[in-house]
Amino acid sequence: MLILKTNIIKTQDNTLRVHSIESFGTHDGPGIRFVIFLQGCKLKCLYCHNPDTIDTTGGQEYHIEDLVQRAVKMKPYFGRKGGVTVSGGEPLLQSKELIPFFKRLKEEGIHTNIDTNGRLLNHFAVELLDEYADLVMLDIKHMTEEGYEYITGQRNKETTFNFAKHREQSGKTMWLRYVLIPEITNKPELLHALGEYFKDYKTIEKIEIQPYHKLGIHKWDTLGWDYQLKDARENTDEELQGAVNILKNYFKEVKVN
Amino acid sequence: MEVKQFKGGVWTEQVNVRDFVFNNITPYYGDYSFLVGPSDRTNKVWEVCKVATKEERDRNGVRAVDTDTISTVSAFAAGYIDKENEVIVGLQTDELLKRAMKPFGGFKVVQKALSEHGVKPNENLTELFSKYVKTHNDGVFDAYTSEIRKYRSLGFLTGLPDNYARGRIIGDYRRVALYGINFLIENKKADLENITGPMTESVIRLREEVSEQIKALKDMLELGAKYDLDLSRPAENAREAVQWTYMAYLAAVKEQDGAAMSLGNVSTFLDIYIENDLKEGLITEEEAQEYIDQFVMKLRMVRHLRMSAYDEIFAGDPTWVTEAIGGMFEDGRTKVTKTSFRFLNTLYNLGPSPEPNMTVLWSQELPQNFKDFCAKVAIDTSSIQFENDNLMRAERGSDDYGIACCVSYQSLGKSIQFFGARTNLAKTLLLAINGGRCENTGTLMVEGIEPLEGQYLDFDKVMANFKIAMKQVARVYNDSMNIIHYMHDKYYYEKAQMSLIDTNPSINIAYGIAGLSIVADSLSAIKYAKVKPIRNEEGLSVEFKIEGEFPKYGNDDDRVDALAANAVADFNNELKQLPVYKDAEPTLSVLTITSNVSYGKKTGATPDGRANGIPFAPGANPMHGRDCNGAIASLNSVSKIDYRNSLDGISNTFSMVPKSLGSDETDRIENLVSIIDGYFTRKAQHLNVNVLNRETLMDAMEHPEEYPQLTIRVSGYAVNFVRLTREQQMEVITRSFHESM
Repeated sequence: MLILKTNIIKTQDNTLRVHSIESFGTHDGPGIRFVIFLQGCKLKCLYCHNPDTIDTTGGQEYHIEDLVQRAVKMKPYFGRKGGVTVSGGEPLLQSKELIPFFKRLKEEGIHTNIDTNGRLLNHFAVELLDEYADLVMLDIKHMTEEGYEYITGQRNKETTFNFAKHREQSGKTMWLRYVLIPEITNKPELLHALGEYFKDYKTIEKIEIQPYHKLGIHKWDTLGWDYQLKDARENTDEELQGAVNILKNYFKEVKVN
Repeated sequence: MEVKQFKGGVWTEQVNVRDFVFNNITPYYGDYSFLVGPSDRTNKVWEVCKVATKEERDRNGVRAVDTDTISTVSAFAAGYIDKENEVIVGLQTDELLKRAMKPFGGFKVVQKALSEHGVKPNENLTELFSKYVKTHNDGVFDAYTSEIRKYRSLGFLTGLPDNYARGRIIGDYRRVALYGINFLIENKKADLENITGPMTESVIRLREEVSEQIKALKDMLELGAKYDLDLSRPAENAREAVQWTYMAYLAAVKEQDGAAMSLGNVSTFLDIYIENDLKEGLITEEEAQEYIDQFVMKLRMVRHLRMSAYDEIFAGDPTWVTEAIGGMFEDGRTKVTKTSFRFLNTLYNLGPSPEPNMTVLWSQELPQNFKDFCAKVAIDTSSIQFENDNLMRAERGSDDYGIACCVSYQSLGKSIQFFGARTNLAKTLLLAINGGRCENTGTLMVEGIEPLEGQYLDFDKVMANFKIAMKQVARVYNDSMNIIHYMHDKYYYEKAQMSLIDTNPSINIAYGIAGLSIVADSLSAIKYAKVKPIRNEEGLSVEFKIEGEFPKYGNDDDRVDALAANAVADFNNELKQLPVYKDAEPTLSVLTITSNVSYGKKTGATPDGRANGIPFAPGANPMHGRDCNGAIASLNSVSKIDYRNSLDGISNTFSMVPKSLGSDETDRIENLVSIIDGYFTRKAQHLNVNVLNRETLMDAMEHPEEYPQLTIRVSGYAVNFVRLTREQQMEVITRSFHESM
């Protein structure tokens, strides 16, 4: 797995490049999460609801220890399940810096979670995943190569699947996430393919369906970008339920997020 | 005193309800599955109430009013809603939702309230009160200095209880049920015997007060007799315990129209009787719930006659029948009982409601099932609030307390408080910037503050001036409080409530502040950005230009949060230096009720960038839209205000859309429990919880008839949303709804 240096986001020592933080995340992993949206992503998904996190040079640098201290102050709210989630953007672009961050969080007894597209698996990412990430939420974009390229603008969906394999071999917990768009990803054959592919994975606790919504469109306008999915529509309740019913055949838990 | 079925203790020899509860409670750890729906009788009575409340709304807020009778404990014939279906009886007047005159707070206030509804008091009464009888309001204004009047009229001190009754006193209404009135009279008589010379002013006053209390107890016997109830003896079963307790409360709200007249903590007490009757097979769960439903229904029907100006400070016609539910005993046992659940269940059986103001005394150690149920009720109804039981027990000393009004601890039957509304701390800060002059009128309020020079505000100079201003505002505030409470005792003494409290109880005086977030952000802007005041020809600030960024309160940023916490500590310290009537202990609250709108109107532009006239944030909340790191960061900022500097309470109102609390009910309940646990672990004191969609509120503004029971928590209490003015509704809608996903 060859990773070019240019794929790594440049930061100063001991800092992370952050787009924004949310102290009360309730849809980004178990319980209440302190969510750090990291800046920068190599994909440009058609439906991205945080397109302003894509630019790898934007954002603001935060000292790792500052973020740790913020997380510690949130700790009383985490209850039995909550913790810190790094999302983005694509957090693994900053794997090297995430290692000391997650290491510190583990020292503080805080649950760690990475929300990722699984496109990166360099030795930093491997160390981060194997040693410090309690949970990984892996985004499955599409089950076909054409579909994957249509949505993300990049080829080689297998990278994500290899990532899943690595996680499975490590024996550590993983959730799958799947953005459900009528006619694009919400098709019975695709959902069955998804289920068939992952049904024997023991580390997958649940799959979360993310129903497509258009809440992020205004951000595309602000960036002066063309939103190509304008004609896509949101799922009806029946369509949503239909997808849940299919996936239930394959996964322990199916949740609509 | 001996009642066989209960376990004894010192309560059998002296008046000590806490000891009775402590020795006889049955804590409950189970879930809510035992609860039942409303009985047919309850439904029938509630239907009548719903029709009557609609008539009330249709008649501009007053369904009926009596203009001939001065309301006293024993005034009015018995009144019923639907006699054959009522299991708990008693109304304030002879008719449902008919309001009564309580003129001893101020006759002019009564006249004004009546004239707003096109009626006048009986002519004899008018003559009596204009020529011969003096009221609290008359007394206060006889004694007020010109300085106090100036502070009051220009909006530095607002909402003072000088033209309405002070309230905030919680009678220990349980005493009537546990002991019966004869025993209470004997005790008070013995107390009176023991209050002897030398006859200093305070001793004479106390003798007079106790004599008044004894008369009030006798009046309560008469009130009971009107409903064929023998209150002279203890209650002998669950239904009587509920009925007796309600009669005691009814006596209080017939005699007084205090702004907030809390109920205390009766649910745990009543559970002992209910548990006993259930065990003996005398009643069923349906009947137990029926008693509580019908009791709560009565509490929902309590009304006072108010003038419309009152609505500016206390919107939505509140009565603050605050019932504290749950909490822990000092020995580690929970005070949660099945009746804690039954009280909350009324919000399902009768629908959501602001009254009684149900307040959960929250401890991390509460039974998990109860925590989950409370969270569920909050999510479903937006009708309950949460207060930190561990914190209050540790700092205030008793595990038998109620909440006066919204956030104020009050040890039951042992202490009272003197309500003091609040001062406008944002306006006080503007004095520091305007040479001690009112920013709106130029009136000199505080001497010795030099006008500031230079283009930009200098933090150290502003801070030094602010401290001078706080000292003087505190002094005038204290003067006004002493006058108000002296006169209230003299002309409108709460004899019925005080008869159910120990003779000579401890007292705390409840000062308050509004505009805290404005002060914090203003000081932060001055310190961390550059702030240029724009002044008019008189040299008064009319606008502030801010250059650069500054940390804002509500983002868990210590730089600004410390400014908020210090402002509270500094003002509290100023108040503590001053002598108080009856040697009451000074305490401070950060609470606004709905007055944050009217306070904002009276306050010019502030250095945080807030424009002239814009509403403040409620209570200790961060200013709308300035908290941008999510809900927990916002809660953490508020939690940094030290309760020990604000012992009368620190109110925070938390509103969120259901989706942002979690994807489904299970997640929402679990997350809300985690939030409250987390917030209170950080020693925060109070949390109002609203779980509502903004669209629901918008729709309710347009179609109020479809939302008669839509309830929303505002600073420290709840209101029927449709009873707010349009302006207040807009303020609620503009307020931060945490809705990030």
